Amino acid sequence: MNIMIVGVGGQGTLLTSRIIGKTALAAGLDVKISEVHGMAQRGGSVVTFVRYGSEVFEPVVEEGTADVLIAFERLEALRYAHYLKKGGTLIVNDTRIDPMTVVIGAAKYPENIIDTLRAEHTVYTVDGGRIAAEIGNSRVLNSVVLGLAARHIGFTEEEWLAVLRDTVPQKTVEINTLAFLRGYNS
Amino acid sequence: MTEKRIMLGNDAIARGAFEAGVKLSSAYPGTPSTEISEFLAKYDEVYTEWAPNEKVALEVAAGASIAGVRSMACMKHVGLNVASDPLYTLAYTGVNGGLVIVVADDPGIASSQNEQDTRMIARSAHLPLIEPSDSAEAKEFLKFAFDLSESYDTPVIFRTTTKLSHSQSVVPLAERKEPEDRTYERCVPKYVMMPASAIGRHVVVEKREEKMAEDGSAFPINRTELRDRKIGFITSGIAYQYVREAAPEASVLKLGLINPLPKRLIEEFIATVDEVYVFEELEPVIEEQIRAWGYSVKGKELFTKQGEYSANMLRRVLYGEDLAAFSVAEAPKRPPILCPGCPHRSVFSVLNSLKIHAAGDIGCYTLGAVAPLNVIDTTICMGSSISLLHGMEMARGKEYIKNWVATIGDSTFLHTGINSLINMVYNKATGTVIILDNRTTGMTGHQEHAATGKTLKGEPTHAIDLAELCRSVGVPRVITVDAFDVEGLRRTVRESVNGDTLTVIIAKAPCALLKGQSFPDVCECDTESCKKCGACLKIGCPAITKNADGTVKIDETMCNGCGLCQSYCKFGAIKKLPRA
Repeated sequence: MNIMIVGVGGQGTLLTSRIIGKTALAAGLDVKISEVHGMAQRGGSVVTFVRYGSEVFEPVVEEGTADVLIAFERLEALRYAHYLKKGGTLIVNDTRIDPMTVVIGAAKYPENIIDTLRAEHTVYTVDGGRIAAEIGNSRVLNSVVLGLAARHIGFTEEEWLAVLRDTVPQKTVEINTLAFLRGYNS
Repeated sequence: MTEKRIMLGNDAIARGAFEAGVKLSSAYPGTPSTEISEFLAKYDEVYTEWAPNEKVALEVAAGASIAGVRSMACMKHVGLNVASDPLYTLAYTGVNGGLVIVVADDPGIASSQNEQDTRMIARSAHLPLIEPSDSAEAKEFLKFAFDLSESYDTPVIFRTTTKLSHSQSVVPLAERKEPEDRTYERCVPKYVMMPASAIGRHVVVEKREEKMAEDGSAFPINRTELRDRKIGFITSGIAYQYVREAAPEASVLKLGLINPLPKRLIEEFIATVDEVYVFEELEPVIEEQIRAWGYSVKGKELFTKQGEYSANMLRRVLYGEDLAAFSVAEAPKRPPILCPGCPHRSVFSVLNSLKIHAAGDIGCYTLGAVAPLNVIDTTICMGSSISLLHGMEMARGKEYIKNWVATIGDSTFLHTGINSLINMVYNKATGTVIILDNRTTGMTGHQEHAATGKTLKGEPTHAIDLAELCRSVGVPRVITVDAFDVEGLRRTVRESVNGDTLTVIIAKAPCALLKGQSFPDVCECDTESCKKCGACLKIGCPAITKNADGTVKIDETMCNGCGLCQSYCKFGAIKKLPRA
């Protein structure tokens, strides 16, 4: 299974990839995760990969091989959609964050991204930020998105929740669980 | 049952050091090596520290080795340049307790200033170099590196790369083996590298390398995997994984020992397969040596010397196509930017408004080079900002640098900037140096340093006062300014560059990501009062975007309430208010 998680530095993509990796490990599978640290984390486009199966070699997902692409932002979904294999699943957190190139007028934010993506891929969207705000903490949007993705990745609800509870900070277990379930059942 | 854990490459290296009985590790942070020290600091059995730079770190580790304990120094590839002075001569002295230098290369330049290949340095220093290909190997090979160091009386370079350091895979854990401290014996011909000793030790170095090249063929860290014999790959590190992915049926000689190369093992492999590919990221280190032995292999004529490799890249060469199924969409780039609330932005906005060029340095503030701030003109290496500014002045005179400053972070200043500042004082410079003092080593993820008052282990310690340090070396004018005091900063910079007195301005405010800070305020734009002038957009804050009608919107979840945008709004449309 090849899963790719993309977003904007600071959105919590790293935690998401670690939860997916741990869930696969708990199911007795070989797992590799690739992360981005350093300068790229500073508000830039960030990418992490999770791969699992009976034996995994490279830690990255390459173009044309992603089973599931989880995008925390629309433009990032567009940027990396070509990593999907034919028949792959695209999960998009339906939000817009303007890159500096757009803010200063050097580039235009593309219109109708979701429609463009739907022409070639199976797309599921969720407004993670709105749901997270509804349940009281806009920072748990990654758990909402993970919840939606989890339904398309596999493993049981219990398997996911066991790892989630074990990974997020103790004080936020309840709200993260709630956020995950909102995404899972959306 | 052995406990298995999913571990980052750097976590596994730290675990390997712990299990190998390492007693001391010294390091300077640098992506992608930083987390090794942070993970290692969690083991009470190991003394770990941040040193001000890599040369100091390696010398500290060498001292511990001479004193008879297993020790380690960790750094990124360019850090090894700083540590080169001790490195080349430690190859001569050899060790007492095992000494391993962990060096993290950055193929693809994810967070560095160049793409140099540490394997080349190992060759020129005549030091063994070991390279693992996943986290489990990272731990096991590191333990092997310590055994090798002691049995061959040599420091060992342990090379990792960004992909290895920053990917996680499954690792079986083991217990720590506590080695006996070795006895120290005074030995001038071994440890005092004056000419008479060094001449003798050079002979030892060459003999040692020859012997290891011979013995290396039997080392367990090299592995021949015979499958289809039509094609054979000689590879190592993360590149091995790409080979297995793209050509699962091919035979592979996977090398763990890269210097010296195990010649006999390689020759046997070449004789076993019809066609040999050498698949190695960056320089043709393995390939050129094999060619020099008289064998014909395929390598850099097919595979680039730049960037990271991939399985798709190999597929394109082997099969004429990769697995990509869709075309690449056009999407505006999203390069990294300074965070909301970053104090560097405030300083650069002032320099930009004064049309001042900055000789920059290594840190997040390199991002001051790009639009819309456009302030930094040069970035070479740690500490270079101050020396470059000095060189400009001495070459072209003091008038030439009236619209120049040097900008350098607090950690980078202590790393090697201080030497350059001493040079300015000594040689009667008049320039302006701005220390961007954000109270941490920011870019690598907030490591303590000698001016923060805490050690790597989190213990309180003396905090060097940067202003006093500058005064003590003779800087005549040292001024500390709050980095967010835009007016004060503008006035001070203008006075300094126009004057003839060497000045250090310490622009002080904590990194916005530093733990323990609270952000009680948030900025809001009143769209009724907004005149759409765009002045606030010129500071390049990611929390500020434009509405469809051209007025400005500030994202309240991203905004840290630093108020910099408010300072630039002439119409009072932006207000800093207590967060609801």
